Amino acid sequence: MNNVAPKLTSKEYEANFAELKPALTDVAALAEANRCLYCYDSPCMTACPTHIDISTFIKKISTGNLRGSAKTILSSNWVALTCAKACPVDELCEGACVYHAKGEKPIQIGKLQRHVMDWYVEKRMPQLFTPAEMNGKTVGIIGAGPAGLACAAELTLFGFEVTIYEASKLAGGLDTHGIAPYKMQQQDSLNEVKMIKRLGVKIKTGVRVGKDISFEKLEKTHDAVFIGVGLSMPADLKISGEEMIGVVNALDFVENVTKRKWKSVDVGRRVAVIGAGNTAIDAATEAKRLGAEEVFMVYRRGREQMSAYDFEFELAKRDGITFYFHAQPKKIVGKKKVQALECLETRIVNGKLKTIPRSEFKIPVDMVIKAVGQNIDETFLASIPKLKIKDGMVVVNTKSYQTSNPKYFAGGDCINGGKEVVNAAYDGKRAAYGIHNFIFKKK
Amino acid sequence: MVDLRINCAGITSPNPFWLASAPPTNSGYQICKAFEVGWGGAVWKTIGAPVMNVVNRYGAVDFNGQKIIGLNNIELISDRSIEINLKEIAETKKLWPDRAIVASLMVESDRKIWHDIVKRTIDAGADGIELNYGCPHGMSERGMGSAVGQVPEYCTMITEWVTEVSTIPVLVKLTPNVTDIRFPGRAAKKGNANGISLINTINTIIGVDLDTFQIEPSRGGKGGHGGYAGPAIKPIALNMVSEIARDPEINLPISAMGGISNWKDALEFILLGATSVQVCTAVMHYGFRIVEDMIDGTTNWMEEKGYTSLDQIRGKALANIANFGDMNLLSKHIAHIDAGKCIHCNLCYIACEDTAHQCIDLVQKKGKIQPTVRESDCVGCRLCYIVCPVDHCITMVQKDNGAQSKTWNELVKELPQPLSIEDLRKFQHKHGIDVH
Repeated sequence: MNNVAPKLTSKEYEANFAELKPALTDVAALAEANRCLYCYDSPCMTACPTHIDISTFIKKISTGNLRGSAKTILSSNWVALTCAKACPVDELCEGACVYHAKGEKPIQIGKLQRHVMDWYVEKRMPQLFTPAEMNGKTVGIIGAGPAGLACAAELTLFGFEVTIYEASKLAGGLDTHGIAPYKMQQQDSLNEVKMIKRLGVKIKTGVRVGKDISFEKLEKTHDAVFIGVGLSMPADLKISGEEMIGVVNALDFVENVTKRKWKSVDVGRRVAVIGAGNTAIDAATEAKRLGAEEVFMVYRRGREQMSAYDFEFELAKRDGITFYFHAQPKKIVGKKKVQALECLETRIVNGKLKTIPRSEFKIPVDMVIKAVGQNIDETFLASIPKLKIKDGMVVVNTKSYQTSNPKYFAGGDCINGGKEVVNAAYDGKRAAYGIHNFIFKKK
Repeated sequence: MVDLRINCAGITSPNPFWLASAPPTNSGYQICKAFEVGWGGAVWKTIGAPVMNVVNRYGAVDFNGQKIIGLNNIELISDRSIEINLKEIAETKKLWPDRAIVASLMVESDRKIWHDIVKRTIDAGADGIELNYGCPHGMSERGMGSAVGQVPEYCTMITEWVTEVSTIPVLVKLTPNVTDIRFPGRAAKKGNANGISLINTINTIIGVDLDTFQIEPSRGGKGGHGGYAGPAIKPIALNMVSEIARDPEINLPISAMGGISNWKDALEFILLGATSVQVCTAVMHYGFRIVEDMIDGTTNWMEEKGYTSLDQIRGKALANIANFGDMNLLSKHIAHIDAGKCIHCNLCYIACEDTAHQCIDLVQKKGKIQPTVRESDCVGCRLCYIVCPVDHCITMVQKDNGAQSKTWNELVKELPQPLSIEDLRKFQHKHGIDVH
């Protein structure tokens, strides 16, 4: 890289990556729980993709029944700690809270859920669920992300023997590798993995299906297979200069930051992040917090079209990120190492995005972070016979989560093109029901 | 100009707000501090028989994160000597001649001892005496406090011993730990009391510790009942005050207490017949400073309403109290839910459906579920109105024009006796009242 930003002191890193939303104290949690109206058939529960019985778990906080509260939460969502910290609650449960209609602040559902889950972890995660007696059937799961973990945990309650095959060294998927440290810590995700292991789930990490174990063997060993592989292929910009030193994929960058070894992560003095989704924002704010002097977000459309949530956009603004809207990257300029990003201005003509001829401008940068999305690994999935893929997503039955190959089920980002952890958690759980019904021929 | 001055059974004070006989009035130091911030009077912490206290005297009930909805105590009467207390009464009265200083007394049931302490109290310069017949803990086990208040004959006897030598007004403070508060009230009247104070604290156990099985709070391994006070007991006190105020056999000035925390509470008691109001728990929670808002709030309210003296409002709500038999059975109210204000918490629905009369439906409207009252089935019980968390969302709408009236007492005179359910149904049917 041409100009690596000077490293910060450990204290500065700690401060920059400290939690944005600190935990509630016991007293504050109790007061907040008591503020909950305990709605009947509450809209927050409907808004939660996993339909956690929110008013019930909050009521249990108010009565001091944290154990019962944890069970209420986990019975709907196996990765509830991650969700408590990483869910876009403004868009989901808290956004649906009836207090909005009353003109008052919504109940801090995310923080209350975290309060319960923190307690549960602090109590060393006592067993709240009893796996059913072994039913003699076994399920293999590809990928130990939230979808795979949720599917595995739920399957144990039906009595399945479950093995998860995970290519990475650490289980947890994006929960472990892809969430900004100021939102949650890697250890939170690893604790959830531990909890699910205790249900009897075997997790084989560092095992790549198709390489370390063949699909044939997988199919022979297991009565059904769940695909929870997410979106592992970063999308390319398809412009010249992408191979230069200083060009990185957002998820690789974010993964390095979640490891908390900040000193070892090089960041340019001036950084361009291409894209305007939530991952792009993570990458931009993390670059800034690592010491980049200036960070630019470059997006070919306008603010209104940004897919990042409002609160993410606000965070980026607070961090002093500069936004280039209506800027289409044309090429990365440099001699082996990035020197600048050249863009063209765009405008919408008859509803279509057009670049404006001869509107080239250069943003001098030392680093380019690509955050224009992730795709499924089609080559990998092509090894599964008769697996139908459409629009870059694995096609499943919306109720059973069964793919076009009856032995295979799928859930999470690889079937929805990239949504929230909470959606993956729900998919995994529902797929477990689909698998159970399929194997035991239930309708 | 609003004038808050009162005269309660001959005891005058610049405003009706007195500190109740309790820990806040333990010493001249405390009472002087209270007078400085505006309290109109103070009933000195009960003086009398020698006592010794235990630790962990207070216990409290917190509710939904709110501290001290009720406060329980087993602190005894003053543990300082009679001499010191009387000396401080004299000093305080000299410093604050316009404030009411009432000495609360409690000694053994012996005429001579009572005569002695009454005379000494008068000599100290107290404006009045309050006889503590209320304390439900400790003293009662020694035959004092509520042990007197619960036996009308004792109540009359001791009151007589006091009034026969007293030259200053005597208030008798009643215990609520009786089945009918009017009986000890009448007994006090019989003993020539000049006024009634009520209510003293209510017998309670605050709680049980689920880890240790100890009674909350534990005093060296043992706990027990204590006297309960604070906001939780206000409705009980309001009722008892109204019963004393309405009893034609009593007809004495009332100094009211029981959960009074602010000017609104105070006015409610005055509207039910109280002349002075006494406060303890609220000052134990927040300090003496709360009297400023009590004076300010009362004054503002009176100005807005056009009153200049508390005499103009005292007891004005009493006429609105009726026995059930005198209430109009044909007054018809029906709940109405304002869909524009509804926040869709559905609490009204589940309350009505599970615990009342199943007359709220969840109706799908514009993608939202709207609780809607089925008017033909609504009995007007008001539960939905109470559980609704939104102001003015559910209202009880009057459906009759007020022209028709029939009370139970009137009805039973008209219907054949003994009353049959069939005859009652006929009457209800005639008036469109459906019981389901």
